[in-house]
Amino acid sequence: MRLLDFLKGERKKSASVAKERLQIIVAHQRGHRGQPDYMPMLEQELLAVIRRYVKVDQDAINISLDSDNDCSVLELNVTLPNEGETVKG
Amino acid sequence: MAKIIVVTSGKGGVGKTTSAAAIATGLALRGNKTVVIDFDVGLRNLDLIMGCERRVVYDLVNVIQGEAGLKQAMIRDKRSENLHILPASQTRDKDALTLEGVEKVLMDLSEEFDYIICDSPAGIERGAQLALYFADEAVVVTNPEVSSVRDSDRILGLLSSKSRRAEQNREPIKEHLLVTRYNPNRVDDGDMLNLDDIREILAIDLVGLIPESEAVLRASNQGVPVIHDDKSDAGQAYADTVSRLMGEDVPLRFQSVQKRGLIARMFGGGGRR
Repeated sequence: MRLLDFLKGERKKSASVAKERLQIIVAHQRGHRGQPDYMPMLEQELLAVIRRYVKVDQDAINISLDSDNDCSVLELNVTLPNEGETVKG
Repeated sequence: MAKIIVVTSGKGGVGKTTSAAAIATGLALRGNKTVVIDFDVGLRNLDLIMGCERRVVYDLVNVIQGEAGLKQAMIRDKRSENLHILPASQTRDKDALTLEGVEKVLMDLSEEFDYIICDSPAGIERGAQLALYFADEAVVVTNPEVSSVRDSDRILGLLSSKSRRAEQNREPIKEHLLVTRYNPNRVDDGDMLNLDDIREILAIDLVGLIPESEAVLRASNQGVPVIHDDKSDAGQAYADTVSRLMGEDVPLRFQSVQKRGLIARMFGGGGRR
């Protein structure tokens, strides 16, 4: 069986595919860990507002909440497209 | 003061109840006064795995709602006098459990026992959250499979944010990884996540590795926790796990393919015991 795989050109083992997929999804999950329940909704609504003025993709917005000892910072990153692609108001 | 250990996983069917039964039994066999509580209200199964299903009279919900005392509801294990079982209710829904009620039960048990093992229901809903809320330590049961690993990571998130220790800013719950249904043959073939990959992804300490074993189904068929089968690989692996939970340093076994001799292969029949 292994010899056969070798002759066919060694297809990628399924376990290593599983590992790669897990690393990505777990990193994503951890980014959202501990954040307030309203964050996904806030993200969606902010995106909707921004889209009223600028044409951006669904994944062009990145929102995160970082807490230090006595203050929290809401960080919003929007990747804007090139000029001239804005929606006329 | 008892140590409260929750056995949890997020995903269902990975071996939570099997593990809770084995660990509780193992702790009791090592001389610790132990009680194991089934938190899966509506779908109780711990009683079956422990082999005491016909002796259930009252349950956790009865105790919380004041319809029975703890002493009436707890079932003493047939095989170990150090071990008691507190079954879940079969008829009520999960809302029958209250945070205050669970706290009271755990406080009362705490005075009498060394270890309280909480067998969590699957999912991340109320029942699972109640099971882990008061825990000092957590055993996160994980299969070498993508959905189980992902769900375990979700549970780790809950343990670090939705527990009493987290809310009171106390020392966090001690998290232990327990990998079950591990098949070294398939790992060698490259078709199963290996132990190091799972440890790397979840990044918590390993407390045990339980090989996929025919002994587990045999044990549940008979209602005898698999740790009693001390000749089986799974039974021995759970015994090692219990030792590590008690703070002993035990070498890891069953990680690689067990080579069987010619005679065993000719006459061994079913293979791994």
